[in-house]
This record gives sequence, structure tokens and C-alpha cells, in this order.
Amino acid sequence: MSTAVSARPKRGAGLKGRVVAMPKPLKITLWVLLALLAYALPLLEPPIISPPGTDFGGVLFTVTIYCLVALGLNIVVGYAGLLDLGYVGFYAIGAYTAAILTSFHANWPLLLALPVAVAASTLSGVLLGAPTLRVRGDYLAIVTLGFGEIIRLVATNTEWLGAAKGISNIDRPPGPALFEIPHLNWDTGTPLLDFNDTTTVLQFGVLDQIPYYWLGLTVVILMLFADRLVKDSRVGRAWEATREDEDAAELMGVPTFRFKLLAFATGAFIGGLAGALYASRQSFINPLSFLLLYSILFLAAVVVGGQGNRWGVLVGAFLVAYLPERFRDFADFRVLAFGAALMALAIFRPEGLLPPRRTVRAKQMEQEIDALEEGAETDGETSRA
Amino acid sequence: MPSKREPRPMGRPAVPEPSLERAKILDVQDLTLRFGGLTALDGVSFDIREGEILGLIGPNGAGKTTCFNAITGVYRPTSGDILFQGTSLAGRKRFQITKMGIARTFQNIRLFKAMTALENVMVGADAQHSTGIMSALFRLPKHRREEQEGQDRAMELLRFMGIQRHADELAANLSYGDQRRLEIARAMATNPKLICLDEPAAGFNPAEKVKLMELIRRVRDQGYTVLLIEHDMKLVMGVTDRIVVLEFGRKIAEGSPAEIRDNPAVIAAYLGVDEEDAS
Amino acid sequence: MNFEFLFNNFPELTITGLAFGAIYALIALGYTMVYGVLQLINFAHSEVFAYGTFAALWTVLALGGDAGVSSGRGIAILVAALVAAMLVSAAIALLLERVAYRPLLKRNAPRLIALISAIGASFVLAELLGLRDRVAGWFGLEESLSEYVSGARINRSMPTLLERKKLFSFFGYDVTVIDVIVIVAAIVMMFALDQFVRRSRLGRGIRATAQDAETAALMGVNSTRAVQVTFLLGGLMAGAAAFLYMLKIETTRFDVGFLLGVKAFTAAVLGGIGNLRGALLGGLVLGVAENWGSALLGSEWRDVVAFVLLVVILLFRPTGILGESLGKART
Repeated sequence: MSTAVSARPKRGAGLKGRVVAMPKPLKITLWVLLALLAYALPLLEPPIISPPGTDFGGVLFTVTIYCLVALGLNIVVGYAGLLDLGYVGFYAIGAYTAAILTSFHANWPLLLALPVAVAASTLSGVLLGAPTLRVRGDYLAIVTLGFGEIIRLVATNTEWLGAAKGISNIDRPPGPALFEIPHLNWDTGTPLLDFNDTTTVLQFGVLDQIPYYWLGLTVVILMLFADRLVKDSRVGRAWEATREDEDAAELMGVPTFRFKLLAFATGAFIGGLAGALYASRQSFINPLSFLLLYSILFLAAVVVGGQGNRWGVLVGAFLVAYLPERFRDFADFRVLAFGAALMALAIFRPEGLLPPRRTVRAKQMEQEIDALEEGAETDGETSRA
Repeated sequence: MPSKREPRPMGRPAVPEPSLERAKILDVQDLTLRFGGLTALDGVSFDIREGEILGLIGPNGAGKTTCFNAITGVYRPTSGDILFQGTSLAGRKRFQITKMGIARTFQNIRLFKAMTALENVMVGADAQHSTGIMSALFRLPKHRREEQEGQDRAMELLRFMGIQRHADELAANLSYGDQRRLEIARAMATNPKLICLDEPAAGFNPAEKVKLMELIRRVRDQGYTVLLIEHDMKLVMGVTDRIVVLEFGRKIAEGSPAEIRDNPAVIAAYLGVDEEDAS
Repeated sequence: MNFEFLFNNFPELTITGLAFGAIYALIALGYTMVYGVLQLINFAHSEVFAYGTFAALWTVLALGGDAGVSSGRGIAILVAALVAAMLVSAAIALLLERVAYRPLLKRNAPRLIALISAIGASFVLAELLGLRDRVAGWFGLEESLSEYVSGARINRSMPTLLERKKLFSFFGYDVTVIDVIVIVAAIVMMFALDQFVRRSRLGRGIRATAQDAETAALMGVNSTRAVQVTFLLGGLMAGAAAFLYMLKIETTRFDVGFLLGVKAFTAAVLGGIGNLRGALLGGLVLGVAENWGSALLGSEWRDVVAFVLLVVILLFRPTGILGESLGKART
């Protein structure tokens, strides 16, 4: 899914235009094919794309987790315009709740722990948001940053939470071993089915991460649908209006505080879910997985792709998660290159790789008007908020 | 407080009776507002009758916009009270006041720039709706009904303003005049009883002003009550039923346009002559 | 809760807390001034500080400073280190303004994008320090510079040049020369800066730009110059903070800026961002509270105390202790 659009973002915009203009059945077929390709990607192990030396399925799972986190943070930052520098805190609460319930202090099955983990992170979002969402935007940034650090430091310092050692043996999702699928092998230059390298369908094992990727991908797709449904409703409009001009929104009858809190809670919900899934895949977590650096990486994912645009943030998440894995050879210079890329992006493409909509219909309409008024209307340029 | 009112049918004829005999829709009683040592409004009282166009005028810094802000809940009055249809607005939040039926536009245009024109107006229409995240997520009938209703109403208002062809354009890309019109449409979408226009003609040329005057009359003819702040005397005289004049935070005159035109205190205020000399 | 420990060591905890707080405050100035003028969180300011610590360290190494030198020579070396730290930090701050911010400000980019640019710049600067052996390698200099670039990713220490002489006793705690220098120097610099911003022509330009950039520009204030001076002053203060930090802690590493930067920004917000005196107050309060808190709860809770304090103060005083004096009024 993201791969198709990610490679050449400039063309992606035009591509989107063509996709939107297609007849509906064709469109649905195309999306289904794209989804199937995404599911099959780790089995195909295409050269160049699949990173050398590491488990492709595992890398792709990480990508889906970043996608999930980026979608959640996009609601907070991109839609509602609240700068959150401590998003990793919710991710950590989800992960720790799952870890404690399935391994450290209880023996719950993961499927039972998952809803509790998500509820805990959502609740923490409400508890943090209720007092702090009244303070102004930039203060919110530093308060959330503080929150993220507090969560990590508390985990580091508390024996009950495994302290610095962390928690291991976190439960995996249940999965029946149904059948085996061979991978492709490209060693000879042409793709061959490799029956020595297979994935057992729906067995969430230690060695083979592909079922986890499938799980992650499914959750991401569900979230994409949910995101779209909510964005395109009174709730989504209220978020955007609040972001654009909080006072004007309030005076147009939007209870902005309630909607900001809702955005915060929704973001925390998704963050907690991502954290719990991550914990289950890793089977082991410690406070080092929840450094402030990750909050910043998550935010970078949202902004790099184009905040406010769900496909944009997926592209951003993909880049942030995948590129460092793919270019492990340059491991020492990864962060340096990443920083330089962030700067270059901010300077040369400040709206992100895929800037938020300038709807196709608006463009068409503009052309019509131009034709009608013979270019009397001079508004070809996009202006920003 | 009537939380749900049917959108008024468009094109209702104006009520012909003289305005002072109609019911008070807004009653400003002895309104005083102080910021630190500065008294922005000093014991201002006036009322607005249902279905009229009331002009609020005065030189720069007279307290017109402050008065607006007090009515719409942006500022809390230091003393005095504002009654809307007999209910005090004291202590109500801004969005609650909007839902009660007071809407406004802004002197310096404040649209949601990265949203389309249609969406801007739909945000206004949403003031009457209550779809939450669950209804939206599962596309419950409530969501569908309100969404349809909001969209229809928003399109109707865009047509009324004559900007329907820009419906899918980002508000920021509209021309200046269309942005002003869009602001009025957005305010009307909240389905208010009273609509407050803060210098809607600012930056317009004379021809556009005439059109706007026509538009304001049509807004009133739809059954809305209009409170108008305006600098341009010609426009105010031409369109309003009654006028309230503020100077230095105090009301110095009130009456029909003809009465105001001949009022020496008003002339003095506008020409900058000392009050004693003028009277 | 170890009240006994807190009580027994109260003077020491307070004095060292004030010393740390003074350093936070000096760094916080950079955040608070840039925020006051541009409404922008200068995330990369932490690296301005980090480069200052290395400038001080390298100057001391280059001038052959070690524990054995005479006190006169030691002091001369330290003064040179202070000057070097301030110059290097100021240069980095100006570089940041030129490379990471000005292109964005020119185009009036959204503030979040400026923050991303700052985060990117911060990564680049910190990693360049952390990879300094490799960078020197590109020029074939890693041998000749090994004293400076080796151990790029671990702690590097500066030799002690100033004896930690006891100056006077404060309720049983022996206050050292270093403590006094750090606290006094910080306060003097802040006072000088405050006077500069209040009284000088450039300072007026900065304040005018902070209040209303457009009007200031119309009144003939060169806003680019005002922004540059803001970064320059922030850099100078961070350089001084870096020197004082090295004097007190004597160790630094490539990512030293990060935590100190976060703390300093916290201090700025605590005091009321955009407010110079607020930065001083916020820094001192933070430094002392951290020390007391860590005595009470254990040193591993030190950072938690700092952040909880921040959250609590913002809840009760949403614009910080002293409020935002340079900050814009918004409707």
C-alpha cells in the first residue's frame, strides 16, 4: 500500500488524481490488488526492497507499527493541531499494560490484555489532556514531552514495572498452524519458489515475523477506514476548525475543548494499541524502547509525509521506519543522514512530501472558472494555513 | 433553550410592522467593561427588536467591537447584563451562546483557511448537530441524516451568497469579497436568531457596498435579526432601521437614521469637535 | 521519603541546586529569547550548548592545561576557554539561524515545520560531534587530532585547573570557589543581558520585533538583524553556560546537550517563556527543586521531579511564574 505511493511522491499526487477519477468497481479492484500485494510483499522478498541480512517480515512489521503510530499522532497533530512531543508515553502505557498482564504479574492471554492495555492508554490520554489541553499550544508541547519522560523514568525506577531490566515473555497472539506458504528466492536472478523457506500461516512465532506483519497490516487498514469515516464527519470538521482558528471555531458553536480532548484520547487509543502489539512481537520490553527520541521520530513521520493527510503520514512512517533498516550498512551515519533529511525536507518541501488535500474537484472547478472567465481569476497558487 | 430548531424556510417576507413594537430579542443592560484601568464600555444599554437591522456606529475605539465581543461571550462584562430572548448570557461559554442563536462574523476575516468553503459553512451548521465519534465511525442513521442536512443547508447558503461555485475550494483561495461573503454564510449556518456583522464592508468598493447592502436586507428578509457594525455612514444610513452611536465607550445617541443624521452629538463625534462647542 | 537526608544536607543541596539552576537559566535565555521574537521552539539550542562544552574542553587541552599548572596560568587558560566557548556557541547559533531557520521564515512556513528543521539540525550537530573521529578521518587528521577526537561517543573529561577551595561555610556546607563563580557569573551575565535588551538600540529592536514584527519593520527595525542578534545573544549565553558547566562537572559527551536542553527549556517555560527574568527564576527554582526532590526520593527520581514540577506549575499558572512579558498578546 504505502510502497506504491511512496517511491515517487510527486507522481503520487497525479496518481491519486487518476485513481479518484476512476469508476468505482475499478477503483475497488485496484485497492484490493494493492492490499493483496502488500500482504504478499514479505513472501515475494523482492530484491533491492528487502533489506539485506535482516528479516524482511520483521522490518515490515516495524513499518506497520510506525504507520499505526503515525495515524494516531496525525489525529492529534495533523487534524486537531495539538503539538504532542510525548506520544511515546501512550505507546509505553499500552506496551507495559500488555506486558504486566500477560507475563509479569498475571497470566492473561494477549487477547484479553489488549483491550485493557488500550483502555489504560486512552484513560491516560484523558487524564493528561483534561488539565493540560487548556494551556496554550507550545506549552502543551513541553508538558507532553514531560509526560513521555515521566512515564519512561517511572518504568525505569519501579521494580513493579521491571525497572531497567524490563519485562520478558510477553504473550503472543494465538494462531492455529493451518498451512505453509513458500517464499520466493531470487538468488539465481529469477524468482523461484523456495520450499525450504516457508511461513506457517497464522503461527505467531519467534523466528518468522510475517504473521505479525499481517496482523499489523490488518490493523493499519482498519484504522485507515476508521480514520476516513471520522475525518469525514462533524468530528473531523470540528478538529480541523479548532486547528485552523480555535476562537473562531468556538464562536461557530464548536466546543473546542471537548474535541481537543477527544482527539487526544483517540490518539492515545491508537498509540496504546500500537504499543501493545509491539510488546507482543518483541516479547520483551524495557524502558530503552520508549526514549524521547521515539516521540520525535513519530512526529517526524507525521510531518515528513504531510501532516493532515493520511496517505502522507503513511509515507512518512514508512520512510522513518524503513530507511534506517534498509541502510544498516551505514549504521553509524544513520541518525546524521536522518537529521539532514529532516532539515532538507523542511527547507525545500515545507508542506511534507504529500501535502494535505487540494481536492481534485477544487482543481477541476478552478479550471472551469478559468475557462469561463478567461483567466480573469488569478489564483493558481496554493496558499497554506 | 431550544437546542434544535428547524432551519427557517428561505424567502419569508419581511414583517411590515414598525420595529419598536416587536419583541426584544437582545437586551443590553447597563453594560460596563474594564480592562485594568481602561474603561472600554461604560454603562451601555440598548436593545434589538426581532426582525430589525440595528446599526452600531461610532468613531474608532468607541467600543463597538468590544460590545460585540461581550455579546458573543468573548469578554465577560465587568458589570451589567445581556439578555437574549429574556435569558441572561452571563457565565455561558462562547459555543453555548452560539447554540442559543447568536452568530457573528469578524472584522478581520477569520475563516478556516485550509478547509473548503463548503466545509466552513458545514462547521457552522454542525452547531445544531450532535454526531459523535461513534455515530461517525459506524455511519449510524443520525450521522447520515445530520450530514445530509448540513450539506444541503450549507449549499443553500452558498447559493444565497452567490458563491456556490467555490464550494470545493479552500477558503484561503477565495477572493477577498468572497471570503467576506463566506463568513456571513458560515454565521447564518449556525441557524441564529441574531446575526452580528462586524464591518462586513471593510475593504469593499462602492459598487460592492451597494450589493452588500442589498444582501444584508435579504438576510433580514429571511427572518434573521441583524446587528451591524459599520464605518461607512452611507451604508449604515441606507440599510438600518435604527442606529446606536457609541463614543469613548458610552452611548451618545439612539434613533432612526434620520434622527441620527441630525443629532449634534453624533456630528461632533464624527467631526472630532468638542461636545460643548457643538451643542 | 528520606526527610532526614534532605534535612541534614539542606545547605549543600540548596547551593549546588542554585549552581545547576544558574546554568539552566543561562541556557534557557536562548530558548526564551528566540521564542519571544519568533514564537519558535529552538530545539537545536541544546547543541549550541554542547559545542560550547567541547570548545572549552579543547581549548584547555590545546593550551596544555592540566592539574599541575600554576594557578595564574590556570586562570588564564580558563579565561581563554570561556572566550572560546562563547565564540563557538555564538557561531553555531548564528549558523543555525542562517541554515535552519531563515529560509523557512522567509517563506512564512508553519511553525511546526520550523520545529522539524530544528530537530533535524539538532541531530546533525550532535551526530557530527559523536562522529568527530570519523569526520577527522576524512581529512586524514585522526592521528594528529586524536587527543581531541578520540572516544567520540563516550565521556571526555577536562583536567581540574581550579582548586575546589573552600570559600566560606554556609550552615555547615563548605561553599567552594566553583559554586560561587558559577552562581555569580550567571547572575552577572543575566543582569548584563537584561540591561542590554532594555537599554540598547539593538535591544529595543529585539523587543519591538517580539511585540509586533510587522509594525517594528515599518518603524525601521531591521527584523533580520534583530533575529540575528537574538540568536547571537542566546549563543553567547549558552557558551558561558557551557564553560560554567565544564568548570563544575568537568565532563562532557556528544549528546550532553539533549537533557540539559530539555531542562533549560523547562526552566524557560517555568518562569514564563519570553521573559528574561523568568528564565533566571525558572532555572533557579528548577535546579533547587530537583536537588531537594532527588534527596527526598532518591537521585533516580531527579528528572521526574523536574517534569512533575513543570506540569504542576503550568496547571496553576498557565503562563509560567512571571508570565510572558516579551510574548505577544493574542486574542
